[in-house]
Amino acid sequence: MELTGIIKEKFEKSILSSSVFYDNETIVIRKEDVFDVIKFLKDEQSFDFLMDVTAVDYKGYPDRNDETRFEIVYNLFSYKNNKRLIIKTLVDEKDLTVNSITSLYHSADWHEREVYDMFGIKFINHPNLKRILMYDEFVGHPLRKDYPFKKRQPRINLRDVGKNEEEK
Amino acid sequence: MSLENNITKLEDGRLVLNMGPSHPAMHGIVRIILTVEGERVVNSEVEIGYLHRGFEKTCENSNYNQIIPYTDRLNYVSPFINEVGFVMAVEKMMGVELPERAKYIRVIMSEISRMTDHLTCIAANAMELGAFTPYFYLINARELLYQSGDMASGGRVTPNYFRIGGTSFDLTPDFIEFTKNALKKVDSYLSDTRKLLERNRIFYDRLKDTGKITREDAVSYGFTGPLIRSVGIDYDVRKYSPYLVYDRFDFEIPVADGGDNYARFLVRMEEINQSRKIIEQALLQLPDGPIDVDDYSVRLPQKDEVYGSIEGLISHFKLTFEGPKTPKGEIYFAVEGANGELGYYIVSDGTHKPWRVKVRPPCFPVTGALPRLINGGYIADIVATFGQINMIGGELER
Repeated sequence: MELTGIIKEKFEKSILSSSVFYDNETIVIRKEDVFDVIKFLKDEQSFDFLMDVTAVDYKGYPDRNDETRFEIVYNLFSYKNNKRLIIKTLVDEKDLTVNSITSLYHSADWHEREVYDMFGIKFINHPNLKRILMYDEFVGHPLRKDYPFKKRQPRINLRDVGKNEEEK
Repeated sequence: MSLENNITKLEDGRLVLNMGPSHPAMHGIVRIILTVEGERVVNSEVEIGYLHRGFEKTCENSNYNQIIPYTDRLNYVSPFINEVGFVMAVEKMMGVELPERAKYIRVIMSEISRMTDHLTCIAANAMELGAFTPYFYLINARELLYQSGDMASGGRVTPNYFRIGGTSFDLTPDFIEFTKNALKKVDSYLSDTRKLLERNRIFYDRLKDTGKITREDAVSYGFTGPLIRSVGIDYDVRKYSPYLVYDRFDFEIPVADGGDNYARFLVRMEEINQSRKIIEQALLQLPDGPIDVDDYSVRLPQKDEVYGSIEGLISHFKLTFEGPKTPKGEIYFAVEGANGELGYYIVSDGTHKPWRVKVRPPCFPVTGALPRLINGGYIADIVATFGQINMIGGELER
């Protein structure tokens, strides 16, 4: 847990909680400080890999209030120290925005697009935030718990590719 | 070469070209929107999502055992590794310790899958570049390994072999002999392919210095597997956080310099060799004993228990209808897939169904870096690069 100690010292107010689940060290950070903490981890603790960014919708999760409905999970890995660290942050349903970390890791680009696509969480300063797995005409965000499992949406017309390019 | 200058200079000479979603020279369904200037790619954009089937949403609505066959369809050329990753993540949550034989079986099947994956990748890559004979050699070799997996699991491509807390069936008596012979034949197919490809002028020229990436970029893009090893970083989950019994085998992690397609090809060729070495050692060490944990809350009891005792019958009923139950909490567990780190992030609410399953597919970040790999090169090089990054649609888009 020494790493948590270092972060605690540096970002005293940012840490909401920390825990270890099945060998995964996890730190929950205030939303405003996510960028700074991850930048610190990358630059000074050599967490050079961003393995994954994902989100979890906790609406209706047992023994949990709905106020912080979403959690964003950053999965960092340090090749040098062979260490994994999970950074989490809580996102309120009323303010679905988080600072993007695309300027720190190239891989954040697509991972954040996927989170936006599946959960509707917007990443501020993301260069190209649009749907990635679903099509543009799709309504809603499929991995939210209130999106029905078997919901169907109408077919869309074929797109005119050339026209589409010009509009861009 | 500064790309911006070229764009302004040759404004009217540029073309927007669609490569895919269904293109004869590319396997998999992915659309690349290219801006070309003559034969050169100036800019490109990758569009995915054509194979999105809602794997993660389906997982949230299925119990743990029902998910195992779905994981086969993630990376459908190395199905065993997907199963091992998922099953082990759930087992770790439940605190299940597997018997030795089950661990060895998992290692053997994982390595067979790694071999089939690499064989397919190299075969398809060579074929797309015009070398048709190696394709037949390697696909024949792959077929032998598929038969070996078929013999153990009863399924050629989608085996559905592992269970939480064990294995669906034990290996058949002739499995070991068959696999040993298969490995020998695979080896001779491989050496034939080596002779045809490794120093082949055309193949070499098509792969060398195409799809190049620097070490820093590869790390920042989150590359893992053969692609990170082709820039000289020996990251492999099997060595860095050993799972199962990988620490008992003598094998090496091949590394190449260059970060181009030829380096990736060499790494894959050598990895097939190392996987063969692991399987041979594992077959020698394979212990006798049970293949399932002796715990009715996790794994189905034997049939004589089901019909002979009330506890067995009840557990069988409960496990079939409800499935195993995990404690509340969350886990990230990664195995070394054929393409790189295959991670499962599972959140459980303490019931029989996962609250959330997130797969970290190794080819997702790699495909995200595709524009970086192909920009500035020729259109024809896209085929070589796309073949070597080994994008698997099922895993990429889940």
